Amino acid sequence: MEKARPAFVFPVAIFVFLAAIFGIYLYQVGIEGKVISDLPSALLNKPVPTFELPPIDGEGVGLSSTQLTGKVSLVNVWASWCPPCRVEHPLLMRMAQEGVTIYGINYKDLPAAATSFLTELGNPFKSLGADRAGRAAIDWGVYGYPETFVIDRTGFIRYRHVGPISAGDINDKIYPLIKALEK
Amino acid sequence: MMRPLIQRFGLLFLAAYLAAGPAALAVEPGEILADSKLEARAREISTGLRCLVCQNQSIDDSNAELARDLRLVVRERLVKGDTNDQIFDFVAARYGDFVLLRPPFNAKTILLWGGPAGVFVIGLIGVFIYFRRRGTDPVEAAPLTADEERRLNAVLDKETES
Repeated sequence: MEKARPAFVFPVAIFVFLAAIFGIYLYQVGIEGKVISDLPSALLNKPVPTFELPPIDGEGVGLSSTQLTGKVSLVNVWASWCPPCRVEHPLLMRMAQEGVTIYGINYKDLPAAATSFLTELGNPFKSLGADRAGRAAIDWGVYGYPETFVIDRTGFIRYRHVGPISAGDINDKIYPLIKALEK
Repeated sequence: MMRPLIQRFGLLFLAAYLAAGPAALAVEPGEILADSKLEARAREISTGLRCLVCQNQSIDDSNAELARDLRLVVRERLVKGDTNDQIFDFVAARYGDFVLLRPPFNAKTILLWGGPAGVFVIGLIGVFIYFRRRGTDPVEAAPLTADEERRLNAVLDKETES
């Protein structure tokens, strides 16, 4: 057989290499449902950032990092002005009813608006902190709303979800993870 | 006849338009630091930080609220006396290396930084192989067979006749 010439082999090799890279990426996006705009989280598997937030409207104890240890919990960053937060709210209610501890960070919200949101739709949060300046959210690396974090007993962040969670996310990711962390 | 104004001063209009362009800043007047040296550093740092809402704009370019908050954080830390690197580290610790518009050199980005040099080296090797082959492996012309010789002569004879 005639030996393949490099002038033929090189372009074909480069094409195959690029096609493989694009193919893997398309597979992740199309079949596995990867969201392109999702960013890797810098805080994953790190302790929760140190923060201390006052309660909304002066009621309750607010929320600080010390509350997030000792028990597996969820932290949800939300605002009454954020439509996807409204979409995901029934699922937070469901999880709270099913015994999940959920803490809330209320992001750049008016106290009255936040309170009426919770009166109207129910309050799934064990405790709430008001982040009116948005600085705590920056410490958490939040860039889209809502965002949901799963915190283990030692206060380490084990999962992060950007955008509204779905029933599928709860069943496939959040609940199995909580179960594993509670063992 | 006098030409219309736009024709007479067209270039002038264009120049005025282009000069006004870069003045349209995302940075709001209230954010600007009184110390112009610190402000210049803030601008320099801001152009190197990605806005995570728009993702292809720097926080210096973006009107997003998060970008504004991050610009304020950058300026606050500058006033506190942080170095530029400390500020980049502060933001990257929260938002990951993706936030840095100039990615750091590490194991994950080795292909990114090393890629062009790698392609250049592969090219050099290709060129080297090409020239070495051409030099040491000339194509030997096989001698003509008796039949070919006869046909060649026939063609040449025809050529000279015409």
